[in-house]
Amino acid sequence: MHRFCRVQQADFDPAALQAALLAGSGGGEAAGAVATFTGLVRRPPGDEAFTGLTIEHYPGMTERAVEAILDDAAQRWSLLAIGVVHRIGELAPGARIVWVGAAAAHRGDAFAACEFTMDYLKTRAPFWKKEHWAGEARWVEARRGDLDRAARWAGAADTTTASRQE
Amino acid sequence: MRVLFFASVRERLGTAECEFDGEALPADLDALREALAARGDAFREVLAQPNLVCAVNQAVVHGNAALGPGDEVAFFPPVTGG
Repeated sequence: MHRFCRVQQADFDPAALQAALLAGSGGGEAAGAVATFTGLVRRPPGDEAFTGLTIEHYPGMTERAVEAILDDAAQRWSLLAIGVVHRIGELAPGARIVWVGAAAAHRGDAFAACEFTMDYLKTRAPFWKKEHWAGEARWVEARRGDLDRAARWAGAADTTTASRQE
Repeated sequence: MRVLFFASVRERLGTAECEFDGEALPADLDALREALAARGDAFREVLAQPNLVCAVNQAVVHGNAALGPGDEVAFFPPVTGG
């Protein structure tokens, strides 16, 4: 299975990444579905003082953590290719932050792998966001909702294991 | 042994890393936490954070773990990427 993980300061081109994903999917004709997700820097509604984010990461552990997530995804679903790109450094409102793409023979595997990878990236990969306003900055707090979303997949895995044992 | 700090933990401590070697090398994580806490209020405050995450050799560890001279330990807040 084709896979890639990139941590970079530079912006990325979602169309080029999708093309790379499909080029790695068994010659480009084996894939029946590709699901992609792009995360953006959101300006809080009406918050004109917001100037953007800084993203810090733990070099080395980040790549390991993302590779472990991709391993996990590849074991859970039937995939032809999967890729992650995550930006670091200073990002202005509207900028792309993260891209996840999954290619598979069928859409169910592509959708699920893409969503799972995002949920685990948010809760397991060592990235930290700091929000900036004119004259103020604040580290983003981990959200309960993100942990709950990630926990759904642990439940799903347990169910699969249980049904296999029956 | 390298000890790394990230994000709000790094800012609160005013340092991104420190080194332990020779006589000062802690045998395990509990001993390392004790040695760090002796460095002052900022360290004690950070180590008391209930959601502080600890990684040894780039893998998250819960509780105590044995440490050796070449190990890399990191302390950081819950992750918020994606």
